[in-house]
Amino acid sequence: MRVVLGVPDLFLPKAWRCEGLAKIEFLNVTKTRSIDGEMRSVLDDVSVAVEEGTILAIGGPSGAGKSTMLRLANRLESATSGRVLLDGVDISTIDPVRLRRKVGMVFQLPSLFPLTIQENLTYGPELRGVEPSSLHDKVREMLDMVDLPDLSPGRQAGELSVGQQQRVAIARTLMNEPEVLLMDEPTSALDPATAKSILELVCDIRSRYGITVLFVSHSLEHSRLVGDRFLLIVDGKVVEESDIEAFFRGPQTELGRKFLAGELK
Amino acid sequence: MEYISLSYASLGIAVLFIVSAMVVSCRYSLGLERDLAVGAVRAFVQLTAIGYVLQLLFVSARWYYVVIMLIIMLAAAIKNAVARQSAKLKGMFTTLGISIFVGSALTTAVVIGIILRVRPWYSPRYLIPLAGSILGNSMTGAALALNRLRSDITHRKPEVEAALALGATSRQAIMPMIRDALKSAMLPSISSLMVVGIVHLPGMMAGQIIAGAFPVDAVKYQLMVVYMIAAAVAITSMMVVYLATNLFFTPDHMLKTEALGST
Repeated sequence: MRVVLGVPDLFLPKAWRCEGLAKIEFLNVTKTRSIDGEMRSVLDDVSVAVEEGTILAIGGPSGAGKSTMLRLANRLESATSGRVLLDGVDISTIDPVRLRRKVGMVFQLPSLFPLTIQENLTYGPELRGVEPSSLHDKVREMLDMVDLPDLSPGRQAGELSVGQQQRVAIARTLMNEPEVLLMDEPTSALDPATAKSILELVCDIRSRYGITVLFVSHSLEHSRLVGDRFLLIVDGKVVEESDIEAFFRGPQTELGRKFLAGELK
Repeated sequence: MEYISLSYASLGIAVLFIVSAMVVSCRYSLGLERDLAVGAVRAFVQLTAIGYVLQLLFVSARWYYVVIMLIIMLAAAIKNAVARQSAKLKGMFTTLGISIFVGSALTTAVVIGIILRVRPWYSPRYLIPLAGSILGNSMTGAALALNRLRSDITHRKPEVEAALALGATSRQAIMPMIRDALKSAMLPSISSLMVVGIVHLPGMMAGQIIAGAFPVDAVKYQLMVVYMIAAAVAITSMMVVYLATNLFFTPDHMLKTEALGST
């Protein structure tokens, strides 16, 4: 059993009494948005279930709605219709602040705060009243986890390379002990070697913490390296959802074959 | 003590000042001649009109006339603060309106009721110029605070969303931007505290001295004025950033991306 927000399990709503890991489901999710003055659907009737502890790689051409799925999953945006369920509970009924601590998100750009590494890492726990001085060991553990053991936590985050910043951003999210990790193209701003090391890190995190991961990438190679399952969306619609190797061996759809052949932009 | 009354004929000579500014504009091809002419005429018309209005107000000395005047001044201040926003946001009129109203009403009430103890409270001789000065500064502070806050949130959107994603409330997520907006609103009134009396004698003090007040008395008034302005600006801009959170976020702590628009 996990301790969530330092509150005894008993006093938390049922959705928060988490014995194990979290399962996340999209049920007929549609999101429309006004683009250049006209309403267009970014996601169109998307349904997919991500089992506890799996890594779902989400691929598709740019503008397909991949990032929007993640933004809906921790309520940075709300769905126009349909529901997103976390362990069977509609997330629109969960307080967004609590939900977001449980469903962590890593963005394409590290977006660290202009503070020290230590302060970036303790930001989340401090919001829920944890004394930053009690977090030294945890900070150290997280920096080790993201393979930055020699980094001094007192350094300014802005001094780091982009690759290091992305690792710190991942560590910052992990400080909240999330059960679902949403990663929105976390490797696309990085050089190939750094990107690869981040992908290994994602696999490590999953095997160490058993977190459910939704990993958005426009790179097929990256998706294949981390994913257990693969979801292909094109123009906001689910085209294919399958075991990752099965997809790479032979997509079931015409669009899937085109995507694999690099014919979809 | 008596002061020299200015005739319209003598005032006509002062127009030469505008003409000299026009000469500079011509000499360097600044193209400001038209604006100078229009500005001079507008200033004349506006000030003359308000002169007559105030004259009426002073003679009649009815509390409801004074209150109507204050409401008109408040409306003008709010309209001006809204007009100074580089992007239009839904609900911004209410935000700026409530903030300017609360900030200036509180300060004016303290000045009139507690510090000066003006009897009757609506005596236009005190209430109108003091409320005007407070409103003008509240307006500038409110406009600055909101403009700065919006532009900072727009530019630092990734940071704001990162904070939200870590479980920050909307207000927690924009706290660094709130601080910067408050600072930029309050700094002008603080720097005027620093230089007042050294470089220039402020308008109200100059006016009082010319009108025959003892300089030491005029100074006391001016001190009260700069202090009250500092307070009015602080209260107003604090109200702005407090209320503005609702302009940028939904109650569910989601950033209203469409509200920010482009940079």
